[in-house]
Amino acid sequence: MALLQTQGLRKRFGALAAVDGVDFRVEPQEFLSLIGSNGAGKTTLVNLISGLLPPDEGRILFQERDITHLPVQSRIRAGIARSFQLVNLFDQLSALDNVRLAIFVREGTIRRGLALADRDRAVQEEAFRVLRDFGLEGKWRTPAADLAQGERKLLDVAVAYALRPTLIFLDEPTSGVGTREKGAIMDIVAGVVRELGLAAVIVEHDMDIVFRYSDRIVVMHQGRILADGAPEAIRTDPRVAETLLGHA
Amino acid sequence: MNEVQPTLAPPAPTARRPAAAWALVPLALLLLLLPLLEGAPLVGVLASPFQRIQLTYGLIFGIAALGFNLLLGYTGLLSFGHSAFFGGAAYTVGFLVRYLGVTTMELWLAASVAATVLLAAVFGLVTVRYTRIFFSILMLALSQVLWALALKFFWITNGTDGLRIPTPGLLGGLVRTEDKLAFLATTYYYYVLLIFVAAVGLLWVLTHSPFGYALQAIRDNEVRARFVGIPVRRYRYLAFVVSGGVTGLAGALWAPLNGLVTPDILYWPFSGRIVFMAVLGGFKSFAGPIVGGVAYNYLETYVIKTTQYWQGLLGVILVALVLVMPQGIIGALGWVRRRAREAA
Repeated sequence: MALLQTQGLRKRFGALAAVDGVDFRVEPQEFLSLIGSNGAGKTTLVNLISGLLPPDEGRILFQERDITHLPVQSRIRAGIARSFQLVNLFDQLSALDNVRLAIFVREGTIRRGLALADRDRAVQEEAFRVLRDFGLEGKWRTPAADLAQGERKLLDVAVAYALRPTLIFLDEPTSGVGTREKGAIMDIVAGVVRELGLAAVIVEHDMDIVFRYSDRIVVMHQGRILADGAPEAIRTDPRVAETLLGHA
Repeated sequence: MNEVQPTLAPPAPTARRPAAAWALVPLALLLLLLPLLEGAPLVGVLASPFQRIQLTYGLIFGIAALGFNLLLGYTGLLSFGHSAFFGGAAYTVGFLVRYLGVTTMELWLAASVAATVLLAAVFGLVTVRYTRIFFSILMLALSQVLWALALKFFWITNGTDGLRIPTPGLLGGLVRTEDKLAFLATTYYYYVLLIFVAAVGLLWVLTHSPFGYALQAIRDNEVRARFVGIPVRRYRYLAFVVSGGVTGLAGALWAPLNGLVTPDILYWPFSGRIVFMAVLGGFKSFAGPIVGGVAYNYLETYVIKTTQYWQGLLGVILVALVLVMPQGIIGALGWVRRRAREAA
């Protein structure tokens, strides 16, 4: 049984069909890469599934439940979380508070207005463990705005991860950081994802990273799925080489 | 990445308590003993009945600005119409006196807060759908509707002549004082001080609660807040209602102190004053609006005495403030302290 499945998903922006009848699936616990040239529709697909955009046509099934029209909040509760290509953090809050927020939401205690957040030691300790998993424990009190770009990328993923999703979308988790740092970030992210048995979908342009970490690769081109298979099959697929790797 | 790091224990929340907390002890003592210090050296200047009444105004403005800042500083919404809540509460007191003959302070407070919470609940249905300048303008417009109503329905509101507010009975009428000056300078001073402490405590807890952090998350990044699962609009609405209620509480306390409620209190310049207070004190810190409320009251009292163009002078001060100390008084104090520490 697939964890997530889309059926004939379609989204148009004016005349452009950004996502054009996509049947996409994610299996439990797999590490899947979504690749394709700029404008292939990768981020739009992620936006449709995570609920940032409504689709024009098609259905989205998560654990066999139709979530096509659910609001973002309900999708998160169902177990879908995401990070962002351009880092989206709570800039004036500390790294610890960024993570704590996600935990408060997950536990349903976010609505408490008359209890001090600091008094909840269990949440505090869990937030600290999450920061440690991502190698950010030394920066726990630093406002997110003051973190280095690589650290911000990691914190973005950490916030999504703290929601304890079953499926996590990572939109270009290493964009905007140096080549050396990319490997370090991906080691941390992939380690955490595998350790917890999450399914992860990463949108990525760096082919070294894609081939090194993925269980499966889905290639998009002009809003459609061009190829779908194991890294070795994709590497040798002539269509992929022509449309994508040829330009890389 | 899973190496054991035994040296790193989770931080103790107590370790984060700022040193500034200790500065509150002498301040609290001063406020508590102020009426006894008349004629004492140094602080005696602040202890005269006139000065105590000035301070009472300041504390009330502090509450109003604190309520306002739940929106600006914590939720990221700049209201240009908080006169609606302050004035709405003051008029509620006026109506209770004029039409129901109620002169009990607690009834005034309960009715005013209920009325402003209701008013905010209605305004909020429209306003929190918008953010930034659209929210500000909408609040300005809605508050000016109330002002126009107070002005035009003069057979109800007594128009620009306003409504007289007598000296109330406190604690359900148990405490009544005939001498108005003695009442305001001592009894009422303590009464306001008590409510001030309660309101500050309530807002301190609220802003440091999970809900308070959710508001700050919404302020910092609305999209991400949604994708962490925070119901953004509902939380904005709740913050808006609480903010209106707290500013309303201040308006109810202000009415008997001023003794007269006129449409001025609903007019947009008063909303501007509340904004001024928060900016003056520093809207990025919790204590900023309190300091700003007290400081603004002194500023206005003494600037009015110097020139008939006092509004122009206040404007110049505001511009200078934004340019020189954008973080307000609290921000400037922090800067001075850091410099002193570096020099030492």
